[in-house]
Amino acid sequence: MQHGSPDSVSSLPQREIPATTVNTDGKPVAGGASIAVPQSSGMGQLWSIACANPLSLVAFALFFLLIAVAIVGPSLVPYDPLASNASIALQPPSAEHWFGTDNLGRDVFSRVVVATRLDLSISVMAVVLSLVAGSVLGAIAGYAGGWLDALVSRVMDTIMAFPLFVLAMGIVAALGNTIENIIYATAIINIPFYARLIRSEVRIRRNSTFAQAAFISGMSHWRVLLFTLLPNALPPMMVQMSLNLGWAILNAAGLSFIGLGVRPPTPEWGIMVAEGANFIVSGEWWLAVFPGVTLMLAVFTFNLMGDGLRDLVDPRQRQ
Amino acid sequence: MFTATGDTLSDAINPVIKRSNDDYGCKRAVMLLRRILQSLPVVAGVVLVSFLLTRALPGDPAVYFAGPAASEESIAEITRALGLDKPLPVQFALYVQDLFQGDLGQSLSTGQPVLSDLARRLPASLELTLFALLLSCAIAVPLGIAAATRPGSWRDHLCRIVVTAGVSLPTFFTGIVLIYVFYYLLGWAPSPLGRLDFLYIEPDHVTGFYLIDSILAGDVETFAGTLKQLLLPACTLALFTLAPIARMTRASMLAALSADYVRTARALGHSDRTVIFTYAFRNAMLSVVTTLGMVFSFALGANVLVEKVFAWPGIGSYAVEAQVVSDYAAVQGFVLAMALLFVALNLLIDIIASLIDPRMQLGEDT
Amino acid sequence: MNMMTGAGQPQVAALDISKLDVNFTTRRGEVNAVKQLELSVPRGTVLGVVGESGSGKSVSAYAVLQLLEANGRVTGGSICFDGINLLELSSTELKDIRGREIAMIFQNPRAALNPVRSVGRQIADVLVAHSRVARSQSKAKAVELLQQVEIRDAESRYHAYPFELSGGMCQRVGIALALACEPRLLIADEPTTGLDITTQNSVMELMMTLVRQRQMSAILITHDLALASAYCDEVVVMRDGRRIESGRPEQLFNHPVDAYTRKLVDATPHKGKSVRQLLPAAQQQSAVVKAAPGEVVLSVKHLAREFRSASGTVQAVKDLSFDLRKGECLGLVGESGSGKSTTALMVARLLDTSAGSIQLFGDNPQEYVDIATIPSAKFMRHDQRARVQMVFQDAGDSIDPRHTAFQAIEQPLRGLTRQGRAQRRARVAELADLVGLPQHLLNRFPHQLSGGQRARVNIARAVAVSPDVLVLDEPTAALDVSIQAVVLNLLADLQAQLGLSYLFISHDLYVVRMLCDRVMVMCNGEVVESGDTGQVMNSPVHAYTRQLLSAMPALPGVDEATDAARSNRLRPPSLRL
Repeated sequence: MQHGSPDSVSSLPQREIPATTVNTDGKPVAGGASIAVPQSSGMGQLWSIACANPLSLVAFALFFLLIAVAIVGPSLVPYDPLASNASIALQPPSAEHWFGTDNLGRDVFSRVVVATRLDLSISVMAVVLSLVAGSVLGAIAGYAGGWLDALVSRVMDTIMAFPLFVLAMGIVAALGNTIENIIYATAIINIPFYARLIRSEVRIRRNSTFAQAAFISGMSHWRVLLFTLLPNALPPMMVQMSLNLGWAILNAAGLSFIGLGVRPPTPEWGIMVAEGANFIVSGEWWLAVFPGVTLMLAVFTFNLMGDGLRDLVDPRQRQ
Repeated sequence: MFTATGDTLSDAINPVIKRSNDDYGCKRAVMLLRRILQSLPVVAGVVLVSFLLTRALPGDPAVYFAGPAASEESIAEITRALGLDKPLPVQFALYVQDLFQGDLGQSLSTGQPVLSDLARRLPASLELTLFALLLSCAIAVPLGIAAATRPGSWRDHLCRIVVTAGVSLPTFFTGIVLIYVFYYLLGWAPSPLGRLDFLYIEPDHVTGFYLIDSILAGDVETFAGTLKQLLLPACTLALFTLAPIARMTRASMLAALSADYVRTARALGHSDRTVIFTYAFRNAMLSVVTTLGMVFSFALGANVLVEKVFAWPGIGSYAVEAQVVSDYAAVQGFVLAMALLFVALNLLIDIIASLIDPRMQLGEDT
Repeated sequence: MNMMTGAGQPQVAALDISKLDVNFTTRRGEVNAVKQLELSVPRGTVLGVVGESGSGKSVSAYAVLQLLEANGRVTGGSICFDGINLLELSSTELKDIRGREIAMIFQNPRAALNPVRSVGRQIADVLVAHSRVARSQSKAKAVELLQQVEIRDAESRYHAYPFELSGGMCQRVGIALALACEPRLLIADEPTTGLDITTQNSVMELMMTLVRQRQMSAILITHDLALASAYCDEVVVMRDGRRIESGRPEQLFNHPVDAYTRKLVDATPHKGKSVRQLLPAAQQQSAVVKAAPGEVVLSVKHLAREFRSASGTVQAVKDLSFDLRKGECLGLVGESGSGKSTTALMVARLLDTSAGSIQLFGDNPQEYVDIATIPSAKFMRHDQRARVQMVFQDAGDSIDPRHTAFQAIEQPLRGLTRQGRAQRRARVAELADLVGLPQHLLNRFPHQLSGGQRARVNIARAVAVSPDVLVLDEPTAALDVSIQAVVLNLLADLQAQLGLSYLFISHDLYVVRMLCDRVMVMCNGEVVESGDTGQVMNSPVHAYTRQLLSAMPALPGVDEATDAARSNRLRPPSLRL
């Protein structure tokens, strides 16, 4: 195939469609009519979705804010997140220290901002890993069927037979207490969601008439799988992905909270809540509340973003 | 590679079944048995994974199992006991053999067999989790139904807020906020330390559930004390599980209410009550019950965090404490126990689902 | 019936709808689905409401019992039942009318029944809800009702769940539910759409017999003008929410006043019609001139297919043999479960055969390739793939929702030819012209196209690589009749123009009659009768073919025999000839 663009699995297909239909060489196509192309750009699509659903707009805005904080935050914070100063320990929020200071006199605001990069990286890496592994497994299982399907399904059943957080605990405890292992553990417990989703999406459409039409058009198994079946699974995948980003952050923070994973004094939301928990009964609420609220906001953003992302990759949403 | 499309086969494969009620019960029993048998491979998978986890420890597992302060001899003894000098399949066989004998190893921190530790602490965890789930079902299901019957109303908006906010709540954080508000600020809740304040005497052990045991003993005071202590952690856990249950109830009720059979029921002049409960809810219940499986998975995980926050003496805090002192036998024993518990719960959920839906061929869906 | 009511003056109507307006709030704003509708059902008569999709016929029926979806509401007019305006009733009063005075029967009978409650208990529920009987006696009464709708073993079927019953059986249960409390008015919304023709016939007969026996009034809502004419005393034609025309069936058929009614009448396939006659006179081109069939291009011998399932092996197709000549159209007719779709999939090589050969002949009549020997999993890359193409039943489902019309038509050119991009673009434009698809629609997605446009895309794709054999699996089954008329003409023209050989699968005997040179009738995986279309249709030999033919609803005023049968149907059973 000389140009694969229109069938590409890209998540933003609407950008590529005009390429085949615009009459670029200027010659009138047979039949005398040139083909008009009233297609909107990717950003335009994003904008129209955001307008149709204000909640998606909020979600996208918050998401870009989080990304910005993760990228430039560490170089902008007013204090060194690790510098302790016993003389200003446990100060409530003030103009000087917006989120107050902790028991070692560290600035809570700086620590919360700096932690964004670590928490986001963990969740994004984990989700990407599980997305790739889960999609490959699910696509093979759903398309091939038979013993391959049975094998993959049994393995997924086994993973799902564990309460997921508990399995993550077990994995990190066994593999050792490092950031990579948190990422692996989070990825492993999320693989079944993608594998099952893709498997069922592929299975539903494998015998659909449009897949049959593709076979009749001389498309090979691989092309049907890659360019027909998988792109059609994108909308539900987007929803699953945004949910999983939220879970992944919660999971990583939860592991750190019980002492598995990121170790103090590294700033991380889960640890900060855990450390702050000791002071809550004596009324120093800011230690735990600010990182906790930030964590909530991040998860909330991801959860809210799902519908918008789905609309973005679903051509049926276009008028 | 393709199955025939359309109705080509449906008539042949689904012959009209004539049967009486007895026949039906018999079929159900057979299906039940088959479903139980089908969970065996999963149990085997769980055992294999937990075995791999115990052997995945970097370096010599015996060193880890013996603990940080172990001598050469104790490490050698553990190496022999675990069969670490033998090939992996033999080790697995030994592991399975130990499991059958109920041997999960010794806990380093308590010095007791892991199994007896877990057994002693399990009722505390179960009481907390089940109470929390009952609480959240009692709120979420009516909320979901109310939202679905009046889409667009304030009840619907409330439901939507609860659902979106609920899934974003980190359990450990909600627990801390609840403690701050209800213990520190308002002083309504007792101090978040364990199942029962030291003022009360533990009820006699019957079920291990303090709420039930205290009622059996006729001890109202202990019952009240237990309830007070239980309420805050249970609310924390319930808030977490509320969202998925409410969302599923709302979604499946909406789907059911717009289904053709509900329109038929309306057209036949059934009352709103009958339409909503006998027709829509019984159908919607099916998806809600199946979601409960996922909710259990989340709840058992979140349980660990809640137990840590409230110093609840369940198996979750046991595992957390064990992990801090690198007590691996205890941690892996806990992981295995939780998995087996969850498999059993899923089995129960499937059985309930099959009672609701006559179409459910028990076991055919896996 | 007409003899009984027709004589007297128009008495009080059972139902009187006047100036009804129904609006729906959608994402694109307010949509006026029913406009100033006037309908009247005289007591003891059956009124047919006929219209294509989007005509507002079902919406007006739902408005009667106020069963509109949440985004719909009645914005004006009145609906009087027995002198009471139903629109002014409280919900409690309305509840007493529903099911007791006015009952409804729905399309898609299996979905219309509660899947988790046994059918008998659903009937019992209605009886109890309207206090017909006490709960304790409800079972006996429900069984009696099941017997009345001619369900065998009613006693044991009482415990059956809808998923265990066939579609026709479920609709019988639907009738039992509707008639349980002896309502005075029955509204049947497309009650037999999606059912097989013989099932449709028996369900309609049962329903109408019960209606006449009980001297009820009824409204039959359908897209099928022929069906409405066969069973109704009066027929109303609706379009775009408006009443277009009404009258007695024979009058509507023979002297339609409105152009739209004329078009509908024309487009309704019928025994004596040619494919051109389906179109309005102004659009009729010269008759299709087709070359006489040439050499054999496809020879199927002893084709068989079995499916294995938990309950045993099913022979879907048994020992099927036929030849297809160049430029010939061979019809394959049967009901669901007859094996016709399985045959289509096997010939199109999307499904492997269990036995038999499918020989594809080239220019040399002595040489052939047995494509049945190539596994379907490999056939898509085989050089014979381009020679057999297929048009699928539901044009909407057979286009990838992520593909534009252009991409859909281009797909076989990319997979089966070595054409460059510019060549392909030119070919797609040419194909669009060939099937009459305006060029500017080529970059639309399927959901942005109408049913007729999707059908054209589907056909353009199938002929893109100039195949020899085209397998058409119910290509017009999902279309409105007026669009079906256009598509059938297009297919006939294409065949004449391109010299294609068609294997035409259909359940509709009239359609097959218009398009096909020869026909095979399939039943339970076997061909029970085959021969020239005219011969099989006019003098069927096999009992099953005769049964199929007699089940087709007849148009009034077209021939004597069907007219007699029709007036007999309209009589109460006691007066039947």
